Amino acid sequence: MASRDQHGIHPPFADADGKRRFGVIGKPLRKVDGIAKATGQAVYADDIQLPGMLHAKTLRSPHAHARIVRIDTSRAEALPGVHAVITGRSMPIPYGVIPWTPDENALAVDRVRFIGDEVAAVAAVDEDTANAALELIDVEYELLAVYLDPVEALENCTDAIHPNPKRPERGNLSKRVELDFGDVADGFERADVIVEDDYTFHGTTHTAIEPHCAVATYSPDKLLTLWSATQITHYVHRALARVLELPAHSIRVIQPCLGGAFGGKSDPFSLEFCVAKLAMITGRPVKMLWTREEVFYAHRGRHPMRLHYKTGATKDGKVTAVDAKILIDGGAYSSFGLVTTYYSGQLLTGPYDFPAYHYDSTRVFTNKPPCGPKRGHGSVQPRFAFEVQLDEVAEALAMDPIELRRANWQGEHTKTVNGQRITSNGFMQCLAEVERASRWKERRGKLPFGRGLGVAGSMYISGTNYPIYPNDMPQAGIQLKVDRSGLVMAFTGGNDIGQGSNTVVRTIVCEELGLEPDMVRVVAADTDLCPVDLGAYSSRVTFMVGNATIDAARKLRHQIAGAVAAEWEIDPGRIFMGSGQVFDLEDRAKCISSMEAFQIAEARCDTLGSTGAYNTPTLGGDYRGGTIGASPAYSFTAHAVEVQVDVETGRITVDNCWIAHDCGRALNPMLVAGQMEGSAYMGLAEAVLEHHDVNRFGLHAGPSLLDYRIPTSVDTPELHALIVESLDPEGPYGAKEAGEGPLHPSIPAISNAVFDAVGIRLRHLPFTPGKVLAALRERRAAETAVGSAKESV
Amino acid sequence: MLRLPKFEVAAPQTVDEALALLAEYGADAMLMAGGTDLVPNMKHGLFEPKLVVSVSAIDELQGVAIEDDGTLVIGAATTLQAVATNDEVRRRAPAFAQAAGLVAGPQLRRMGTVGGNVMLDTRCQWYNQTHFWRKSLGFCLKKDGSLCHVVEGGSKCVAAASNDTAPTLMSLGAKLVFARRNSEGQVVRKTLAVDDLYKSDGAFNKKVAGDELLIAVRIPAGAPQHRGAYGKLRDRGSIDFPLLGVAVRIDLDDAGAVADADLVAVALQARPIRLKKAAEALVGNTPGKPGWDEAVDAAAEAAYGQCHPMPNIPGDHDYRREMVPVYVRRTIRAAVAGEGPVHHV
Ligand SMILES: Cc1cc2nc3c(=O)[nH]c(=O)nc-3n(C[C@H](O)[C@H](O)[C@H](O)COP(=O)(O)OP(=O)(O)OC[C@H]3O[C@@H](n4cnc5c(N)ncnc54)[C@H](O)[C@@H]3O)c2cc1C
Ligand code: SF4
Repeated sequence: MASRDQHGIHPPFADADGKRRFGVIGKPLRKVDGIAKATGQAVYADDIQLPGMLHAKTLRSPHAHARIVRIDTSRAEALPGVHAVITGRSMPIPYGVIPWTPDENALAVDRVRFIGDEVAAVAAVDEDTANAALELIDVEYELLAVYLDPVEALENCTDAIHPNPKRPERGNLSKRVELDFGDVADGFERADVIVEDDYTFHGTTHTAIEPHCAVATYSPDKLLTLWSATQITHYVHRALARVLELPAHSIRVIQPCLGGAFGGKSDPFSLEFCVAKLAMITGRPVKMLWTREEVFYAHRGRHPMRLHYKTGATKDGKVTAVDAKILIDGGAYSSFGLVTTYYSGQLLTGPYDFPAYHYDSTRVFTNKPPCGPKRGHGSVQPRFAFEVQLDEVAEALAMDPIELRRANWQGEHTKTVNGQRITSNGFMQCLAEVERASRWKERRGKLPFGRGLGVAGSMYISGTNYPIYPNDMPQAGIQLKVDRSGLVMAFTGGNDIGQGSNTVVRTIVCEELGLEPDMVRVVAADTDLCPVDLGAYSSRVTFMVGNATIDAARKLRHQIAGAVAAEWEIDPGRIFMGSGQVFDLEDRAKCISSMEAFQIAEARCDTLGSTGAYNTPTLGGDYRGGTIGASPAYSFTAHAVEVQVDVETGRITVDNCWIAHDCGRALNPMLVAGQMEGSAYMGLAEAVLEHHDVNRFGLHAGPSLLDYRIPTSVDTPELHALIVESLDPEGPYGAKEAGEGPLHPSIPAISNAVFDAVGIRLRHLPFTPGKVLAALRERRAAETAVGSAKESV
Repeated sequence: MLRLPKFEVAAPQTVDEALALLAEYGADAMLMAGGTDLVPNMKHGLFEPKLVVSVSAIDELQGVAIEDDGTLVIGAATTLQAVATNDEVRRRAPAFAQAAGLVAGPQLRRMGTVGGNVMLDTRCQWYNQTHFWRKSLGFCLKKDGSLCHVVEGGSKCVAAASNDTAPTLMSLGAKLVFARRNSEGQVVRKTLAVDDLYKSDGAFNKKVAGDELLIAVRIPAGAPQHRGAYGKLRDRGSIDFPLLGVAVRIDLDDAGAVADADLVAVALQARPIRLKKAAEALVGNTPGKPGWDEAVDAAAEAAYGQCHPMPNIPGDHDYRREMVPVYVRRTIRAAVAGEGPVHHV
């Protein structure tokens, strides 16, 4: 790893008293785009209106699995107002966000794989004409066997969803990963207690409030410009070049202000290719805005998983071995599925140390909207199962669940059983925080029947060193331009999807160059203007772009401080930059504005600017897949949740959720708390309300915000964000991630709290009132049986 | 966004003008009050009017009045928010006010009206979907198709009455004032008991035609010791339609015993259903006195026996059935205590 990649955890400058203090880092500064969003001035993709713009719509498959025999677009083309109609044949080159699994087409070429799969697209003068034209496209289908159940899809495959002529035996198998670490048999041998059970995680989706939207123009000199509501501009750029067979340098991709993503805008999507192609054909700007229903079909949400776990532990609670078998319902395409399959096993190996671990994960194709990455990609489901199982181990050993977790803590600066390097680790403090805040010791196990407390822990990555497509270039790049006006512009490929990454960039530039927030502006996610960053996924942006920003800003700082020092004929060490001023630490009378300092530097050094980059060190286990999930730093979380269970209605009410999260350093505590609360909200919603599923016909069960039930404000519990700062040696000023980790424990913590409240174990999501009532009945029946058995003895 | 089809809008100022338009356009015209159900249904291709007749500008349809005999008269275009927060309505017809206050969410209650709620279309998970979705399904017999997906082989639509205020109005013995133009072009008014409005056909669960304008809802003065409450089961604390609704009216005599009672449930089948046996179980018993708890349990048990939710609306219908006795019990207790609504948040 280049030395540029590590910048230490401390503030960059010493003050006159020799102490280092942060200027803006750690302050709850408002987001760069906060006011614009609140006042409606922010420009989202759908706000873009261009002269002569056409509107495009997509024809979708009404069948869950069928071969396309024939498509006739002539009637649609003849409709007045229609400018172009395209089908799969217009763009036959397949793509996939993971280069090893390119199994998607912009529009179906010869086969549709779920109800809602894209078949054709129309550009017309307005949406109504485009919609009318869709009705005039004649498609002849030949129906194929439909697979809605992953077991069925795997075991009885007659019409493979993705036929593989070279390896027909693969059937509907998407990916299988089996890995073994340590001596699992010996681990179970040594165990005093073994708990083994089945768990189910249902499907859930992102429900970003902004639906997907893209606008494209194609200029006479053959420049394609695409504005898209994407969270990964760079991969869209690459995919467009591939599918449209254009040189990448003639494509510009821009992400406008984004209304939420949560992983649901990580793949390249059909609409991006379609508007580009339609703009190329018509020579006019083309926009496509999906309906909410279409967003549900595009999905890429959380994979349903059937999980079997076996955990062994000694009498004192030390875990000796973990064995997992996981069946993953992938839906119709691969998407990020290769990574999902690895993550389902790879990311379990903290915050606890276990000496032996085996997992066997299988992802299967089914004829349903494709699954992909959702906040906490691939690891929320196994975390749920395992943290419930740990509670069962604690129960079996009559141990306090927090104590059991403490007993297994892996420690700092260590290595996991699967070879991941752990640096900072604030998990013990997270546990202490939720224990204190929830008044665990006084209340857990002692609340009246129907009320309970539960705990769970987790770990998550701050980006990984797996760059999706193999290359040796930096994972994050940034460019700074210093202007005579006193303004510094930062150009970052990082995607601000509402998480606040542009604010982080601005704050770091301010910190390093001693500027006020309004002296720095950020241009982000525009492939013409900004150096490549790999985008907003895997919680990588603060860590990687943050480090790149320090790298670039520090170079500039040396240049500027050096120039001013030379001008004043003093040692550069005496130059202090802060609050928009530059002065001599030993002679405060020597003080100029940062604008004047920039001008001195520009006069002496020529036009000012710098670049910065970040790359991960070499990480990961020495085995196939060992780099997947290998992160330069891991975040840690513990939740305590307080629930009430209405034993008559079965309804679970979450009253409080205490979220303790080790984010390394909170660069902006307001943004960190926002991410923690948002994550917990999302997890709680998945546990008790949301369910993304299809009905018996393979039709989406309710593709609307009425039927897909995300919690309203009255359904949201009190969320208490407790920030823990472990200061990671490699993060920017010690920062790690905060956007995904804090989701994980909320779901198992609810199950564990319900156990405390009413003595039932909920192992199958979602925790509907009906399931709670059934479990309560079962428990009563078991008690009666025990009671009568006792009597008969 | 889903697009609205093309249509024309008229905003008549008087009842007569509105009725003239309805007569002229016949089946091509539809009335709109708040539009909170009409507009989504038009976007889904369920309603296809050529002319939408807005009733918002008709003064006669607005407001709450109390007649000398204590009858509450509520203009059909009065918003749900207005009745839910009106002190007289809350005092005289608590169940109705509670139900109005639990319809949808705050924004929709400020647009949605009492008349629109009374006249609400039935709902079904196979029906309240987009045109693309229904077309992929092959439609159903309520609209554009010939099969029912709830009752296999069924020839009658069993979509669920899902209007929260309907069962409360039934329990209160409310009457509806309608106006229409007869074949001679004269405006005629009629008064119909709410009980007689609904029929058990989910395709169209009302016994009035599309050319009849609801003018007002008349709720007769209650007994001196009137008690009422509404219980609503739904997934979320806001927005969602009922998965089950229970309206309770209890009239106590001077001694505090139940002199008369009425219970009506909604969101089960095409029309709200009166839980007669459940009500009878209460009569003669005195809240708080020995035998009361047993009477309440008997009412709950009777309701359970009578209610058979079907998989018409989303959610687990077995669970909805299990909740019948629970919500009946709780709503009776709330009514007696002068509390309610029974709702989980
Ligand atoms: C997200 C959402 C959630 C909802 N949740 C609920 C809920 O929980 N409970 C519930 O009961 N409803 C719910 N609704 C439905 C609706 O909002 C309410 O029922 C509301 O009261 C309808 O009133 P409106 O004035 O908007 O009716 P409109 O939409 O204007 O009309 C509804 C129907 O009544 C007819 N109509 C209207 N006025 C008259 C009149 N004066 N004479 C004759 N016919 C008339 C119309 O032609 C139409 O068929 C919900 C709607 C949405 C969109
Ligand atoms: S009950 Fe539902 S599926 Fe059956 S006809 Fe009525 S609306 Fe259609």
